Amino acid sequence: MKRAPTHSYPGLNLGRRHASADKASEVVTFGFWVFLMSDLVYFGLMFAIYITMIDAQAGGPGPAELFDLKSIFAQTLILLTSSLTVGLAMLALKYNLPRWRIVFWFCVTLVLGLCFLFLEIRDFMSMAEKGGIPQRSGFLSAFYGLVPLHGLHVTAGCIWLIVLGIQLRVFGLTDLLMSRVVRLALFWHFLDLIWIGIITIVYFGGLTYG
Amino acid sequence: MDKRSEMHRRERRRYVIGYGGSLLLTFAVFGIAYRYGIETPGVYLAISLLGLAQLIVQLVYFLHIDRRRSSREDLDLILFSTMVLLIIILGTVWIMGNLAVRMHTIPM
Repeated sequence: MKRAPTHSYPGLNLGRRHASADKASEVVTFGFWVFLMSDLVYFGLMFAIYITMIDAQAGGPGPAELFDLKSIFAQTLILLTSSLTVGLAMLALKYNLPRWRIVFWFCVTLVLGLCFLFLEIRDFMSMAEKGGIPQRSGFLSAFYGLVPLHGLHVTAGCIWLIVLGIQLRVFGLTDLLMSRVVRLALFWHFLDLIWIGIITIVYFGGLTYG
Repeated sequence: MDKRSEMHRRERRRYVIGYGGSLLLTFAVFGIAYRYGIETPGVYLAISLLGLAQLIVQLVYFLHIDRRRSSREDLDLILFSTMVLLIIILGTVWIMGNLAVRMHTIPM
């Protein structure tokens, strides 16, 4: 019987080939999971506020006037695809493919992340044109507390991609950088999970109950 | 070398399956919303169940969370955080909803 490869932490492991980097990552990756989970609790609070504020529209514009589902659909597809490409970068690292393959998938992920941010900011601007600004109602304050928080995380992820891509080009595949790639991939997948919560609760939930 | 490229293929297939599954679920969600409208709670129930399914697909295929023995500690961490999260969200919604009913801001 074939034995399953051993994993020392959740998420894609670096594997036996990079044993030293894998070992070094173990504790740090667990710590990174603790960070992600506390971040999750923070997002959870914002979701809870949004749900309780959904009716507090104070006569201002509501979800039906403000939300553009076509744009949300495009953003969802873009973010989902970027989750795949960051995974492919991770695989290229694990299986010792040429370094340009990793940097290539990083670049694709970065472009997709920037496209996502572009669409999101365009949505916020068109919302503001229709009078949907944060100080208009409790509902809008909660919306702008939550969705741009996710956008801010994506922005941080994009900066991280750029910095790590440059580091990979300059320093090559050192153990430290490899374990950073693992954490970046975890972070990026995590953002995709949050986004699923946002489309389900903020957009569809808002349109149904708002 | 062959074994390595075989494993590489298998892991890549995992990602592609996860991507395909998520893509399918996304299309299903937006398709339902487009076809049946989003005003009724029944449709919303379907949408939220599909959203939950997508969370699980991505946790398994992208984040490789499973019940394998070696990653059990981290699974514990995730499950505990999820519990805290549910207490926060459900508790808030319960209390604030109850308050809203008592204050007559929403009908009984």
